Amino acid sequence: MKAYAALLERLAFTPGRNAKLELLQNYLTSAPDPDRGYALASLTGELDFAGAKPALLRALVSERVDGELFTMSYHYVGDLAETIALIWPGQGAARDVPLSEVVERLNTASKTETPAMIADWLDALDPSERLALLKLMTGGMRVGVSARLALTALANTGTVPLDEIMELWAGFKPPYEPLFAWIAGGPKPEPTIKAPFRPVMLSTPNDYDGLSTLDPADFAAEWKWDGIRVQAAAHGDERRLYSRTGEDISAAFPDIVDRMDFSGVLDGELIVRREDEVAPFGDLQKRLNRKTASKALSFSHPAALRLYDILIWEGEDLRELPFHERRTRLEAAVTTLDPLRFDASPLLNFDTWDALAAHRADPPAAVIEGVMLKRLDSAYVAGRPRGPWFKWKRDPMIVDAVLLYAQRGHGKRSGFYSDFTFGVWDDDRLVPVGKAYSGFTDEELKRLDKFVRQHTVERFGPVRSLSPDLVVEVAFEGLNRSKRHKSGVAMRFPRISRIRWDKPANEADHLATLEAMLP
Amino acid sequence: MTKPEFQDLLIPRPEGLYCPVGDFYVDPVRPVAKALITHGHADHARSGHGAVLASQQTLDIMAIRYGEDFAKIRQAVDGPVDVDGVRVSFHPAGHVLGSCQIRLEAKGMVAVVSGDYSRVANPACAPFEPVPCDLFITEATFALPVFKHPDPADEIAKLLASVRAFPERPHLIGAYALGKAQRVIMLLREAGYDAPIYVHGALQRLSDYHIEQGVPLGDLRPATMDKAEARDLREAIVISPPSAFASPWLQRFADPVIGFASGWMQIRARARQRGVELPLIISDHVDWPDLTSTIQEIDPSEFWITHGRDDALMRWAELNQRRARPLHLVGYEEEPE
Repeated sequence: MKAYAALLERLAFTPGRNAKLELLQNYLTSAPDPDRGYALASLTGELDFAGAKPALLRALVSERVDGELFTMSYHYVGDLAETIALIWPGQGAARDVPLSEVVERLNTASKTETPAMIADWLDALDPSERLALLKLMTGGMRVGVSARLALTALANTGTVPLDEIMELWAGFKPPYEPLFAWIAGGPKPEPTIKAPFRPVMLSTPNDYDGLSTLDPADFAAEWKWDGIRVQAAAHGDERRLYSRTGEDISAAFPDIVDRMDFSGVLDGELIVRREDEVAPFGDLQKRLNRKTASKALSFSHPAALRLYDILIWEGEDLRELPFHERRTRLEAAVTTLDPLRFDASPLLNFDTWDALAAHRADPPAAVIEGVMLKRLDSAYVAGRPRGPWFKWKRDPMIVDAVLLYAQRGHGKRSGFYSDFTFGVWDDDRLVPVGKAYSGFTDEELKRLDKFVRQHTVERFGPVRSLSPDLVVEVAFEGLNRSKRHKSGVAMRFPRISRIRWDKPANEADHLATLEAMLP
Repeated sequence: MTKPEFQDLLIPRPEGLYCPVGDFYVDPVRPVAKALITHGHADHARSGHGAVLASQQTLDIMAIRYGEDFAKIRQAVDGPVDVDGVRVSFHPAGHVLGSCQIRLEAKGMVAVVSGDYSRVANPACAPFEPVPCDLFITEATFALPVFKHPDPADEIAKLLASVRAFPERPHLIGAYALGKAQRVIMLLREAGYDAPIYVHGALQRLSDYHIEQGVPLGDLRPATMDKAEARDLREAIVISPPSAFASPWLQRFADPVIGFASGWMQIRARARQRGVELPLIISDHVDWPDLTSTIQEIDPSEFWITHGRDDALMRWAELNQRRARPLHLVGYEEEPE
């Protein structure tokens, strides 16, 4: 538990991706089996313990600590698990409790055994290990590690490419001993699932000038729908819906999975669709990052797949076929599927780039992010090759906003104020509408840093509030309604596209301008 | 209610704790005629008093901070003295170099003003001496039962493990200029780290003074390297005051690991608030177990709380049937720089 707790603690405070990978790799190569497998499962969200709920933990601590002192402490610390880990009597470290013991016993203990078992562990562990235990039991590690990142680290420890791991990933169960053995140079395990993930083909960005050097007759075009890219794989009685990185998200989309009565692998965009109308991305967001979906949610936010491609159909691997042949096969396959859940993304008619530009400028729905271009002769290959597929995104939305706060950066930007919160006018007040930490050059960063130091009003730790004097042009990819933001709107991928040193703050945009951009 | 006789010996006033018998203050936060000072942290030891009585080391530290003429009269303690009818003696507090508790005896009562204190061994100063008394006056900086500071050697091991894991990233550790900075350096030396340690200019004089006073700190180098030199550093540890992290001085380092050595680092939200990547829980104050067991050990008939989290300590006093009183003295900061 010691090494695992130290890993989690360090990850929780480490902002940099590379540093996180290094910490994970060090752990995965040095920790023994089966502990490292359970640690990996905890980071990829594959563990779930029914018996260890916050109410039980509160009850345990209330038998040991004065209620008033606990309440004062909890108010100060702000996190229940952390408060319990610190306030639990004794300093622990009496014995090392292997992570595997915790996981295996939590999985098998009866409801009546669980409280005493947890109390024993809390007595034996030191505060940092207790916190790891409590986070493990209650879920929500909050260490900023996605399943993808954890598996990238795993791949880095050996010579098996990440794509190959992802193909088989859904078939492994904690503590993944055959997987670790394979990555360490052992034999490739036999697939244990019938509908594994196949690596997805991705596009590279392009624009009018770049496309002009190419012949439009070589390409098919379709809309780029604003959902999430997924892969639907079914074989026999096994049906799986994967994210484009290979995470199995089937459980959250029973409405789709129930209708996957085919044998094959399809590529498409997961959207929320009501009849023919594709709902804004915000609707889909309500269905993401869930373990399950209620009937009510499936009814109010019905999911659908808008299909782009076909990889395998009824035992035949079609990936080597050119795009136009796969497209014919896809259109035939779609006719056999439930039209409420599956349709093919329509192709666009165009014979010149100008004609395509006209489509792009006038999409039939707000949830279209631009156009996709696919060479008619392109095979379906893994990864992001440059050439066969392009995305030509719509122009970003733009507002002029005022810088309100700046925060010190990390890593290569240590010592520079590089993370900015900006706002727009709401009557005569500025309301924060987003954060951006990219879009500017190193030279501009130096100038921004200087501006921050000269226009600081107040300091809060690493954050400074600024006098509202600098206007920045913020580009963003989309806008959703948000209850969590005071302004009521949330931007997608905002970045600073221009610094308007010349523009007075009172000429920045108003909240009404943003509200008018909402889908 | 407080026994009236304690009020004859000590009274909380806006300037600080006042002794009416001897007409002096202990650790006054505003300029006064006569001040007794427990230790050299800036919030306890201020300049501009008429006369100051303190340990020689505390006087030296004040002179380094404020110049030789920080007070008109500067008297170093050397055994018990009589200050206008009060018998005054200084006793080790184990907090920082030169830190003392001050024992006051008059009118048949003994009070001990402990200042800031710690029960964890610190090679820069003598260990805290429990002094029997009727009235014990304590700080409450870390007076919540969640504060249980781990062995500082374990925290230093964390730092050294990180240096090994990320040798190309300089490790910049924030530590207050008096006490904590030198403590971190000593702990590193105790752990066998004998490479040069780089120190920010703001720590230089107080570190030199520690060395003069016989506290070995090993090879210290000024952290004034230029950008090219800073980028060639490997396995480097740089100690700086936390305030330097907000200054452009930091910009010379490529991708540093920012650490902070403080008792507050036990709470994750505090560490996050400060943008710290490597929190090191190293404190020179008593944590909750040490604070409560010190009060039990000294067993005064009453204790007063100068500053910090007095609500939790008052609750503890109630649960343990101890007489206690919060003074709510203003001017002692949580985190003196």
